[in-house]
Formats: sequence, structure tokens, C-alpha cells
Amino acid sequence: MPQPRRLIAGNEAVAEGAIAAGARFFAGYPITPSTEIAEVLSRRLPQVDGHFVQMEDEIASIAAVIGASLAGAKALTATSGPGFSLMQESIGYAAMAQVPCVIIDVMRGGPSTGLPTEPSQGDVMQARWGTHGEHSIIALVPSSVAECFSLTVEAFNLAEAYRTPVIVLSDATIGHLREAVALPLPEELRIAERGEPDVPPEDYDEVMSTVDNIMPRPALGSRYSVHVTGLVYDSSRGGTPATGTPAVAEGLGRYLREKIYHHRDAICRVEETEMEDAEVAIFAYGSVARSARAAMKWARRQGVKVGLVRPITLWPFPTEAVDHMAEQVRAIIVPEMNLKQIAWEVQAAVWGRARVIDYGRIDGKLIRPEEIQDLIRREFHYHRFEETP
Amino acid sequence: MTDASTKAKSRAPEAVVIDLDLCKACGICITLCPTDVFDRDDFGRPVVARLADCTLCAFCERHCPDFAIDIVRVGDNA
Amino acid sequence: MTALVDEELLERAPHDNSLPRVTPHRTAEITSHLRTPKTLWCPGCSNGIVTRALIDAVLALDLNDDRTCVIAGIGCAGRITAYLNWSTVHTAHGRALAVATGAKAADPGLNVIVVMGDGDCVAIGGNHLIHAARRNIDVTAVVFNNSIYGMTGGQMSPTTFEGDVSTTSVYGNVEQAFDICELARAAGATYVARGTSYNYQRLAQLIAGGIAHKGFSFVEAMVACPTYYGRQNGIPTPADMLKMQKARAVPVEKFDSEGPRLRDRYPVGVLHHAERQEYTAAYADVVRRSQEPPRD
Repeated sequence: MPQPRRLIAGNEAVAEGAIAAGARFFAGYPITPSTEIAEVLSRRLPQVDGHFVQMEDEIASIAAVIGASLAGAKALTATSGPGFSLMQESIGYAAMAQVPCVIIDVMRGGPSTGLPTEPSQGDVMQARWGTHGEHSIIALVPSSVAECFSLTVEAFNLAEAYRTPVIVLSDATIGHLREAVALPLPEELRIAERGEPDVPPEDYDEVMSTVDNIMPRPALGSRYSVHVTGLVYDSSRGGTPATGTPAVAEGLGRYLREKIYHHRDAICRVEETEMEDAEVAIFAYGSVARSARAAMKWARRQGVKVGLVRPITLWPFPTEAVDHMAEQVRAIIVPEMNLKQIAWEVQAAVWGRARVIDYGRIDGKLIRPEEIQDLIRREFHYHRFEETP
Repeated sequence: MTDASTKAKSRAPEAVVIDLDLCKACGICITLCPTDVFDRDDFGRPVVARLADCTLCAFCERHCPDFAIDIVRVGDNA
Repeated sequence: MTALVDEELLERAPHDNSLPRVTPHRTAEITSHLRTPKTLWCPGCSNGIVTRALIDAVLALDLNDDRTCVIAGIGCAGRITAYLNWSTVHTAHGRALAVATGAKAADPGLNVIVVMGDGDCVAIGGNHLIHAARRNIDVTAVVFNNSIYGMTGGQMSPTTFEGDVSTTSVYGNVEQAFDICELARAAGATYVARGTSYNYQRLAQLIAGGIAHKGFSFVEAMVACPTYYGRQNGIPTPADMLKMQKARAVPVEKFDSEGPRLRDRYPVGVLHHAERQEYTAAYADVVRRSQEPPRD
């Protein structure tokens, strides 16, 4: 029996996605344009025996999320640029200590206070490198209300599978966009549960995890006694710190990277549309991908061979998809609401095999299909004024 | 009526054992023992010199920051 | 996820200001609760003494080891997490109380003890302290106050006194020190106590009283840092620092509130004990009300 469609905003869909994924803890701080996520969860979480707490700031919020996750709950927070900046230290803590959690960043104009009510894509590189030190991260980018739901579910699954913080990069447009969506039923969703290690407490140690067998960390208050730290570690047994052994630091750092990069095939998702015969591709993500899709369709109506490659996973960067694209097309248009943050990554992956045409807009306004159409026109030296609308 | 030394002897422990591997020679036990049971060795670590004066107040055991002191009470299993 | 508080703990909660009985344990019993007794703390650092008192307090209350966790921040005190063999979390600097809030809210049956140094608690962590106290969340905060930043080499702290020398106040500190017990009480803590490393028995009892209390418990443990505070301020030995604690600590019932209460004399004992609704219990009621069928 198909679910009825309901008119729902992106932020609300994120909240419902979290609930559907089994999230039972939210700690956050109000910040435009993410606040609705907190408001919806403050109402919904107690209804499902969950916990909502409005913490004193974003630093406390991400710390509380980590505490709840360590206690065994699926936990998330939601914020925008300024709060995302405040959270960076503890996002790194979660990456280092391997604590599953989800951070929703509804991007707005920045930097600093910037444009609180206007969209941007200015945090995409910060999502990768905002926290200090060598680390890996997973970031997903919804471009519809339906994806606000489904990618939030996916974020929790990835967080559990790879014991990592996962960032969902929404923006002010998608967050406040209302679309008619039939939300999936719980039984239609794949939900990853944490479980317990498959060794008894007396034998368990953190170091038993390998890239191909990432063991779940037992919860605080379980039969297992664990030591969690942000210091370089080689064991969950505590005792003498391992920070004095260089091989431990190197080993841990490389493990944390490989833990995610080894599984990039499973993690990196990209949607390709009309790429089979494309001569030029548009590489666009998030709300801009909506405009890009409209521009692509317009191009096809003119008989111009343009395709759309839309990364759903932004980090790890979908290098293989870009590699494939670079072999095929002669030019890649990368429209973004920032100044070339992802275009640089595309350029690096393309390795000179195609021209990368970056297009940036940072005035808080969504890039319109017409702007991308202009780029296509220029690429194809297309000067006809009577075009098929 | 018992004299002071007999009274003290009746409270003295079997032994005050110092774990020299754990001791960091901070001197807390030596200085703060109320009956001056310890002497100090060349490395500043305690040496039990006057066990008979020990009143088993256990100040040393509880205030050793390094868990290096174990007072073996009379009647403990060998 | 349970919304119930540990009923056993409730049974032991003092109904007046009397504290749980603590019988100090033998060293072997104490070290059986350590992953290793070989700590990196300096010779004469009181951290080991307070660690022992904490273990004695937990043992006195007969807490379930599996359900007990210690969450600590960064600094010398934070290293306790590597030593205690309950579940421990070594958090980012200053964030222990926020992490503890999340853990306790997600699993209210957990016995949560939070260990912080003075800098971790009232400098970088100050905001989380006042809000944890305001929420009256049932965790026990034990602050190892040595009035210095030891781990980073002896800089001043918000609890360093006026005139004290540190590596960042070589001309003498010009800032007033927090009375962190007053801070906790004003922010809403419902159990506030101060003890010294010198008076071990009382400190262990105060910690036990805090753990047994249902609500936000705040215990300030006066700790000696001979290496940095002591050396920079002309105190010769660790034993001298403990003697100073003995001289300065005045039982609260004898402490006249007119006199200065910071450096040279301070009240010790249970300074404040009140009962008001605890946060996780209040939220359990929110859960219940949110699930009531809507009235027609």
C-alpha cells in the first residue's frame, strides 16, 4: 500500500528521516536556517522514547551527541555555518575516537554571521577539512526533500557501519523547500543497527577492528569496560598512553583513513542523467543540481548533448565517477554557490583530460537554470535566439 | 595499666610494605607520619625504621599518591 | 533505553546532611580497580590520593561496576581515565560535562562521575558547568583543583590566587580566583562540597555523598601540584602543601562567613544540599506526556 504524499519541508524530512533511522537523541542549538529540525525533534523524540535537549551552545551540542552515542544511542545534531564552525573540534574527536554520529549542516551565506536566511554551498570544503589533523569524513548532499529523508537515514547507516561522524550538507533552499513526498514506511528502509562485538568482554579490545571487520564499540554501561580517548591510542584497555610510540600514531591514522577509503565503492554515490552520449557534463550538487537538471533538459531540447553528474556523496570525493566522466566529455561545468570549492577537486580528478568550467555565486541567491544555460550556450557557441523553450 | 610502648606495640601492623617500583619518593609518608616510623633512603624513598611506633592510622597508605604502600595487618594471611 | 534512575542509588541517598559511611580499602583492593597503578602524575601530586578516595567512595556505595562510568576532560586530572578500569571517556578539553549530559540523558541508569581539573571545569568548561548545574542533571562532578594548569607546564588558572606566580603571571597574577563551589551553587547545583587531599576520609565521604545524591553534585577536591604551583610559589615539598591544606581548611559549621573564603582559609564539608527535580526524571515526565492520546 503506497504511502500518501504529504507536503513536507526539507528540514522536517530530515527530522523524520532521523526518527526512521532509529535516532533517539538530539542535542542542538537554534540557528537559522536549521532550527526547524530541532523544533520538530523536540516534539517527535519524546513520542518515540527518545531524548531532545537544547544545549547551551553548539560546542555542548556535539559533545552531548558524542556522549549519547557512546551510551549506545543513535544521535544527531543540526546547525548552520557558524555553529558548524564551533563543532569542528568535537567532530574531529568523533572521527578520532570512532564515535558514530550525524551532523546536519543547513548551509547559509557566510563567512561569519553572513546571510542567515539565504542559501550557500560555502561549507563543503569545511565539511572535509574543518577539523584539525589528518582525518577522513563522510558527507552527503541532498538535493530534494525526499533526499533529506533518505540521505539522513543513509547517514545513520554509514555512521554505524564505519564508526564515523557523517555530515549531511543541506542548505537554506532545500531546508525550507516544501515538496509533496511519500515518505517510505519503516519496513521499506534498510536500517543498520550497532550490535555488540562478537568477542566476550574479557577478550575485547579496540585494536581488534580491521578495515574489513569494523567492530562496533560496546556502549558505556554495558558488560564491556572501554576507554575512549581523543589521544592517539592503540588499545581500549587504557593504562600507559601510546602517544610515545610513533608506529601507533602512523598506524592509527592510516587505519582511520583506510576504514573509509577502502569502502569508497559502497560509500560514494553519484547519480548520472543523460550521460550515455554526453559531450559536456554538468557536475552539480545540492539545490544547484535542481537548476542544473532544468538546464540540462533545456539543452537536450535544443539537441545539445549535455548530461548531469550529481554527486550524492561529496566526501570521500567521488573520484572514480569524475574519472569516468573526464574520459568521455570535453568539458565539465561546475556551478556552485561558492567560489570553486568543488571545482578544484573536479579539476584535480580530471587531470587535464577535459576543461573544467567553474561558475560561482555567493550572493545568497540560488543559481538559476538560465545561468547554467548561458554557460552551455557559450560552450557550444550557441547563438540562436529562437530556441525551443 | 599498660605503658605507652606496650599500647603502641599492640596496634602495630605486621609490616608496612613499600613497592619501590611504584614509589616516586615524594616524601609525603615520611614527613606526615605522626609517629615518625620512616627514615629516608638515598633516593628519598621511605624505609620502615620504627615499625613498633606505628599506630596503624594508615595515613601513609591512604595518602600515598602512587598506591605504593600496603600495610599488612596482624592476622592477614601470609 | 530506560528512563529510570538506579533505584538502589535512590535507597542510599541521604535524607539529611549525613554522609555515606566510607571504610577505606586496602591498597590491593584499590588497585584492582585500576588498569595500572603506575601513573604519569608527578611525585607528590595529590591526583593519586583523590583517585583513591573516588574508588573508596564508589566501593562504599557498592555501585555496579558495569553501570559506572567516569568522564573526564583534558589535563592532569583527565588522565584518570586511562587508569580507572570502569568505562572511561577522555573528552575534548572542557567538554566533559556536556558529554556526560548526553550519556546520562541517553541512559539515565548510568552512574556518571565527571572528573575535571580546575581549568577544564571553570575556564574552557565554565559554560557547561553552569548549565549542568542549572539542569540539575544527576551526575557527580569532582574537580581536582590545584590552582594551576599542570599538564601544559604551570600557567595560571581561573582558580589561581591574586599575587600567585605562574608561567603566564610571572609578575604575580592580577586576577581574582573563582570560588568554584559558590559558582556551582549559584548556578543551581543541589549538592556542593569541598574537601582536601589532606583529609582523605572526609573527601571520600563527600564524594560518596555526591554520588548518592540525586541531582547535580559538585565536589571540589583541593589538590597539591608541587611541580608547578608549589615550586613557583615557594612551597618546598608535597608534604608542606598537604599541611597547608590542613591549616586552611575550616569545617563549614565553624567557618564564619565574614572572613575571606579563598586562599588562606576556606570552608570544607557539605556546603550546600537541596532537593529539586532532577533533569532526567523531569524529562521522563515529558516522554510520558508526549505519548498521552490527544484530548478530543
